[in-house]
Amino acid sequence: MTSLPTHTEKTLGLVIDLDTCVGCHACVTACKGWNTENYGAPLADTDAYGAEPVGSFLNRIHSYEVQPETGGPAQLFHFPKSCLHCADAPCVTVCPTGASYKRVEDGIVLVNESDCIGCGLCAWACPYGARELDPSEKVMKKCTLCVDRIYNENLPEEDRQPACVRTCPAGARHFGDLSDPESDVSILVAERGGFDLMPEQGTAPVNKYLPPRLKDEAPDFDILAPYLEPVAEEPQGFLGWLDKTLERIG
Amino acid sequence: MHPAPSIIMFSTLSGLGFGLLTMLGLGFPEVSGWVAFVFFAIGFALAGGGLISATFHLGHPERALKSFTQWRSSWLSREAWAAAAAMSVMGLYAALIIFTGTRVAMLGWIGAALSLLTVFTTSMIYTQLKTVPRWNHWSPPVLFMAYAIVGGLLMAGQVSVATPLLVALGVLQIVAWVDQDRKEAASDTNLATATGLGHIGSVKAFESPHTGGNYLTHEMAFRIGRKHAQTLKIISVILAVVVPLILLLLPFHHMFALLAVISHFAGVAAQRWLFFAEAKHVVSLYYGR
Repeated sequence: MTSLPTHTEKTLGLVIDLDTCVGCHACVTACKGWNTENYGAPLADTDAYGAEPVGSFLNRIHSYEVQPETGGPAQLFHFPKSCLHCADAPCVTVCPTGASYKRVEDGIVLVNESDCIGCGLCAWACPYGARELDPSEKVMKKCTLCVDRIYNENLPEEDRQPACVRTCPAGARHFGDLSDPESDVSILVAERGGFDLMPEQGTAPVNKYLPPRLKDEAPDFDILAPYLEPVAEEPQGFLGWLDKTLERIG
Repeated sequence: MHPAPSIIMFSTLSGLGFGLLTMLGLGFPEVSGWVAFVFFAIGFALAGGGLISATFHLGHPERALKSFTQWRSSWLSREAWAAAAAMSVMGLYAALIIFTGTRVAMLGWIGAALSLLTVFTTSMIYTQLKTVPRWNHWSPPVLFMAYAIVGGLLMAGQVSVATPLLVALGVLQIVAWVDQDRKEAASDTNLATATGLGHIGSVKAFESPHTGGNYLTHEMAFRIGRKHAQTLKIISVILAVVVPLILLLLPFHHMFALLAVISHFAGVAAQRWLFFAEAKHVVSLYYGR
């Protein structure tokens, strides 16, 4: 059913720290690896070694340059983006077949691939570009929040989290229940001022982003400068001879 | 948005087809026998042909029947129901006229209403999308239905009504384009809200996630059309409105009427191409476009 649930028992989602992400794309690789080998149709790559490679990914890392209003050098931020599992998910309600749905038990937005007709309307409805039609299977692919990991009792407990979170070497990705105010992710969001992407689109995204911390100001003087003063203005010794010789030739 | 030929053909053909069926349902003109057969055949061929063309856009057309299930929430599902209902009612209405010579007026009115409703549901698929500011606007439902009505009148040979409505359609289209430009410019979604980094300073895309394209950039960050948008708008209005108007004002001849319909059809196709090519999806912001 593509009507949205009025309430979900849990609100599972990700918290992504823009201060910590180093843009290594490890989460992209881990995501592609897990989701190609497990739940649903594999994530295809077509023309992978050719002139125009195209593939489906559930997680992509953008990079943005921000020029501070107050002057100073530009700052660079790496920006991971995957499905935000919105509370008011427009991708779900547009689906004509019921293939797209939001789970009542944990709020995860999923696609039932055997019902998907590949019309692409859900991808049009998503402002975040979280859904991609697989080029080979022709069904809509999206982040499942690794639904086949987080409840998987065959995996060691530390692996029962989304592949992207498990693999992140910088600790920039966090997974948990955002409806529980006592959860680690909720505390993180409260303390760091987590925010929504495109709040004006009215999607009420579950995933939150943590803003970059303020950068230190560059010092006005260089404390090492006295030690780095040039010891000789004019080259001496061998370099002095070379300098003079070259000047004579030139 | 990528202007997929199958979708443009669908909305152009089925719009005209359902427009003609609307007029036939209302009894403009009141036809019978072989003439009725030809009129209805054209209407069904256009409307049905458009629907078949739309299935080429699907990744899994063999599952298309599943799209009848979600009419409570999905405009695409409602479109499927409206189209099936309109075709069934008009089919019965046409069969009674052609084979028994009886015209059940009430059936025709219901069929006409359902035909127009189908065009409305098609337009709502686009209008509902907040992600495309140019579409999230009053104009798609009004214009899609106006084009269907005027196209239907032209094909049904209703010259006296079609002439003033053509002028009105031209004015409406130009007003809509101007107001869509305003709506797009006034959109409050930008790269600052998309990244949440606007409080630091001005944000610009530094590096894409990958060097090639992907489904999103192919499907939603289409840019070729906008360069020639103004020229295409003029061509579209000339073909859809001005040429048919001149042909209708000349002394009546069947050839002129046919040319008017063909010109109008080409104009509507150009307008639909622009409808997609000009529309900018907010996801293109993430890709710095």
